[in-house]
Amino acid sequence: MLELATKRKTAVSTGISVPVLAGLVAAAVFLAVGSLSSGTFAQQTVSGLSQGAIFGSLALALVLIYRATEVINFAQGEMAMATTYIAYQLTLWHLSYWLAFFLTLLIAFVLGVVVQVVVIRPVQHKSVIAVVIITVGLFILIDGLVTWKWGADLKFMPAPFGNTVYHAGGVAISRQDIGVFAVSILSVGVLWVLFQFTKLGLAMRAAALRPAAASLVGVRVDAMLAVGWGLAAVLGAVAGLMTEPTQFLQPTMMQAVLLYAFAAAVLGGLESPAGAVIGGLALGVFLNLFGQYGKVGGYYLGTSELRLPIAFVILLIVLLLKPTGLFGRKQVRRV
Amino acid sequence: MSRRLLTASIAAVAVAVAVVILPFVLDGYHEGIVSDVAIYFIAILGLNILTGYTGQISIGHGAFMMIGGYTTVVMSHDHHTNLIVTLPLAGAITFVCGLLVGVPALRLSGVYLALATFALAVSVPQLPLKFSKFLGGSNGLQTDHTVSHLWLYVVSWSCAAIAFVAGWLLLRGRIGRAFRSVRDSEVAAVSSGVSLPIYKTFAFGVSAAYAGVAGSLFVLATNGFAQPNEFGILLSLKILIGGAVAGLGSLWGLVVGAVFIGLLPQISSSVPFVGPSHGQDVVFGLVVILVMLVLPNGFAGLLARVRTAIKSTPETS
Repeated sequence: MLELATKRKTAVSTGISVPVLAGLVAAAVFLAVGSLSSGTFAQQTVSGLSQGAIFGSLALALVLIYRATEVINFAQGEMAMATTYIAYQLTLWHLSYWLAFFLTLLIAFVLGVVVQVVVIRPVQHKSVIAVVIITVGLFILIDGLVTWKWGADLKFMPAPFGNTVYHAGGVAISRQDIGVFAVSILSVGVLWVLFQFTKLGLAMRAAALRPAAASLVGVRVDAMLAVGWGLAAVLGAVAGLMTEPTQFLQPTMMQAVLLYAFAAAVLGGLESPAGAVIGGLALGVFLNLFGQYGKVGGYYLGTSELRLPIAFVILLIVLLLKPTGLFGRKQVRRV
Repeated sequence: MSRRLLTASIAAVAVAVAVVILPFVLDGYHEGIVSDVAIYFIAILGLNILTGYTGQISIGHGAFMMIGGYTTVVMSHDHHTNLIVTLPLAGAITFVCGLLVGVPALRLSGVYLALATFALAVSVPQLPLKFSKFLGGSNGLQTDHTVSHLWLYVVSWSCAAIAFVAGWLLLRGRIGRAFRSVRDSEVAAVSSGVSLPIYKTFAFGVSAAYAGVAGSLFVLATNGFAQPNEFGILLSLKILIGGAVAGLGSLWGLVVGAVFIGLLPQISSSVPFVGPSHGQDVVFGLVVILVMLVLPNGFAGLLARVRTAIKSTPETS
């Protein structure tokens, strides 16, 4: 029985094909060789990975909600921004950074659950477009509330990782980049363990994939969906807190990050959690390297105002070539 | 059916009479606001043709509005074209753009199409920053002369009326039936001889043309200035909100949707307690959520419910 369950589980969770895997390995080798041969390349790769980890964790939050509710949560970035402001408020009250960090994650979980129960659940099965519009409404509402409470000017939090820069063979790597990468990937890892190896995780996956069947075997589907929103909000809070050291606090800080997370999620396939994270990392590294080396006749293509369009050109290309993303499963429809 | 047509014409005449009377009682500033309603009306109608009737969601109509708006400004700024002439030109150009977007969109549906059009809404406003010589960069461009509030009022409501009649004629006939069949079941549509690529792409083109005309008027409403940040993602979302409040797949709620996104931000900027500068977002967001909770199918959905209630009462009483 257990064997059957694991078999079904892997059948659902992996959608990776051989060419995609080969491409990923090739990309990893390329990055490793490039980093060993050029200091600039290594630096850009490392900071790309650290940004990409943020994209990946927010993308994973989007995927969690997409799997559970079948909508894109447009308010994900603003929820992350709001929780980061809560952390800021906690540090103003003389809490240490890491105490504020974990307290914020807890608050974020509660907020996520509350949002699902109060505004999403009532319309969830009535109209997809209504759910989408409600997340858009949340976006506007949260933006207004935060600006009202804290103002639109830049705020600064204590630096979580200090300003140390390590030098290794002519390559300067900041401690902050490493810290951001480590925290983001660690939280993703914790979540993966939760989903893959606990009873709660199993119940949540069941509730998301086969709600009717799950409720028949005693899973409380509604509660599981709410927990899913809570966990997504926690991931968002991590992404927000890890964005803060480079962007500082302002109400618009997560808007661009959310867009990159969209691109990352589509890149990996909206159904695939692993794909979202890998998509985020790939996007972060690619944008950095393209900004550094992408030029035609001395004319840089990857300048800052074109970063976002480039991310979306990638998104469009992926959608057109492989509409289900790199890790998505092919949708087969019976006629 | 004829009774429904009668109700529809009464509603249309009532709106028309209100629109004709309003300029006599309003000052210039409020005329401008009511013109905005007409502009949103056109854009929502365009979105409705695509999303409500053909089942293809778009979060990128701000991008089409921007293309239309810049068409007007560039024609007027560089070639001193008559502003009225630029409106159909903007429609024609965005029609072609819509077809071009519609072709790749054939491969996408549902949430993936939503994200692809979202990508469009985010990317297109960056173009003027890159091609700043031609399109004026972040400061934008201005038309060679501005228009009065009354001019804008008359032109935008005339356009809205033409757009509505054209849309109604389009949707009630053979093409509208094909659109709806594509929305309801692609398999059944193809089996009945409806060509999916042709109708889906065509719907994209028509919808974009509506957005383009709305965009032209939108630019004229802001003193002829076209600036990239005015056409940001928030505009696309606003159009989508208007469409959802109006109710997709029906023409009944359009005015309500347009009034909702045209007037609510104006009204809600003067709420007590929160203050004028933040009240707009707080109240707008809150009301959007509440309306969707109460009316998940929008105003048209409410009307449909009322209609069935009225129909069923005589039999029970």
